[in-house]
Amino acid sequence: MAQPLIELRDLKKVYPVPGGEVVALGGVSLKIEKGEIYGIIGMSGAGKSTLIRCINRLDTPTDGQILIDGENILALRGKELIRMRRRVSMIFQQFNLLMQKTVARNVRYPLEIAGVPKAQANQRVMELLKIVGLEDKADAYPAQLSGGQKQRVAIARALASDPEVLLCDEATSALDPMTTQSILALLKDINERLGITVVVITHEMAVIRQICTRVAILDGGHIAEEGSVDEVFVHTRSAAGKRLFGILPENEDEDRPPVPALRIVFDGGMENQPVIADLVKQCDVEVNILSANIRRLNDKPYGQMLIEMPRDDAARRKIVEFLNAKGLTVKEVWPQ
Amino acid sequence: MNWNQIWEALAETLQMTLPSTLISYIIGLPLGVLLVITRRGGIRPMPTFNAVAGAIVNFLRSIPFIILLAMLFPVTRVVMGRAIGTVSVIFPLTVSAFPYVARMVEGSFNEVDNGIIEAAQSMGSSTFQIVRKVLIPEAMPSLINGFAICMTTILGYTAMASAAGGGGLGALAITRGLNLRQYDVMYAASIVLVILVQIITMLGSYFTRKFDHRIR
Repeated sequence: MAQPLIELRDLKKVYPVPGGEVVALGGVSLKIEKGEIYGIIGMSGAGKSTLIRCINRLDTPTDGQILIDGENILALRGKELIRMRRRVSMIFQQFNLLMQKTVARNVRYPLEIAGVPKAQANQRVMELLKIVGLEDKADAYPAQLSGGQKQRVAIARALASDPEVLLCDEATSALDPMTTQSILALLKDINERLGITVVVITHEMAVIRQICTRVAILDGGHIAEEGSVDEVFVHTRSAAGKRLFGILPENEDEDRPPVPALRIVFDGGMENQPVIADLVKQCDVEVNILSANIRRLNDKPYGQMLIEMPRDDAARRKIVEFLNAKGLTVKEVWPQ
Repeated sequence: MNWNQIWEALAETLQMTLPSTLISYIIGLPLGVLLVITRRGGIRPMPTFNAVAGAIVNFLRSIPFIILLAMLFPVTRVVMGRAIGTVSVIFPLTVSAFPYVARMVEGSFNEVDNGIIEAAQSMGSSTFQIVRKVLIPEAMPSLINGFAICMTTILGYTAMASAAGGGGLGALAITRGLNLRQYDVMYAASIVLVILVQIITMLGSYFTRKFDHRIR
């Protein structure tokens, strides 16, 4: 296989705190191929922000290696570091636009600092604003824009230096669902049309599902699971992944039902069909749904459902057998 | 009361205030920048330099101007040619004001959102580019506001210049007004000073708002 564009080798980041230390990254290794959209997902505090900030050296890891095109970027200083940063752009949750400069000046900033002649830079700015659909806002100030528009300006600005990589640090987390959709579509479009490798960190599964080709689940500073998005969603192995995707309750003990119940796990191993209706008809039981959290991916259901179980042992066995035959994982849960 | 002496004194006040403010900024602005970028976690951390510069600034700021004025007499004589007079007093005024300006500027830069600076770093900016194209423009409204405050402070100091033979409205109010009991002169000089401070403050607020694009 060809050399990955970005490779992290045993990356560690430890913060000293009074009376000890906090391990933000406990030895993370992963490879990101050229042209893909790579997602890193985790709960808050999992270390995702630290991880992505190490890739362009906004944060310095305590130990380990980061290779971009085979070059160890942790050794870069001064002008070399600046050159690397122009190849690896970044967008942020809070947009971080220059508030005292117009949209056009914001987008022109990376060109100005790279010494691009003014006329050429201005022409490029208009092209970039066209890509993000904000040609008519060139002379507006960021304070006059909506959140989604601000992120579009930030994307145009990040593209100005013609980067190979675009790092997205919770880029849609401050946006409403509709705006999130349009920004994600824009990122996917940029990836496809311009061939830019995109690294996304997020705590939202929907973001990963919508645009990423591969995903790593980060949990407590370690990679719990990694692979293609389909694979990780369909065959989630790690507990961290199951919690993130809602297949496992976040806390088993707090989730105890008041009555004997059955947890049915939909992990994508089954075609879309009316399971509960079939259960009612074929087993002749009355099903009381206590809770359900199910999402669709590639037209297959993922998630879990909790149904009340009858007291009768034979009836219970019948239900479990029926659901097992359908390819579902079930687990009986008892009140405390 | 002779109004001409008021206008003459006003001219002398401006003659002391404006150059002192200007020179204080020529020294204080870069110093303020250095204080911000060299501190721990700044864009160019140099903790030792930062501690030393900070200590000097604090030392100079803690000496009352009237004392500093007297202490500096020998130095002023060397630098300005003579120790006393309206022009000579520019030197002690500047020495007293530039540390104040540096702290003021530092405060303005600290208001700039750290995320914006990180974004500039992530785009491959040099330290100088961040200062010139990000820190200063983003802090501009606050810098203008600080400029007006510094200028009125220096204006206030000029009143003490009479102790070093300097002229100006303050000196007039004390030597003529208080010492010779020409109270009308004292009040007139004071009122002109008040109006001057008002004008500076108003202009400061006006330009602060005009240069701030966050509110529209």
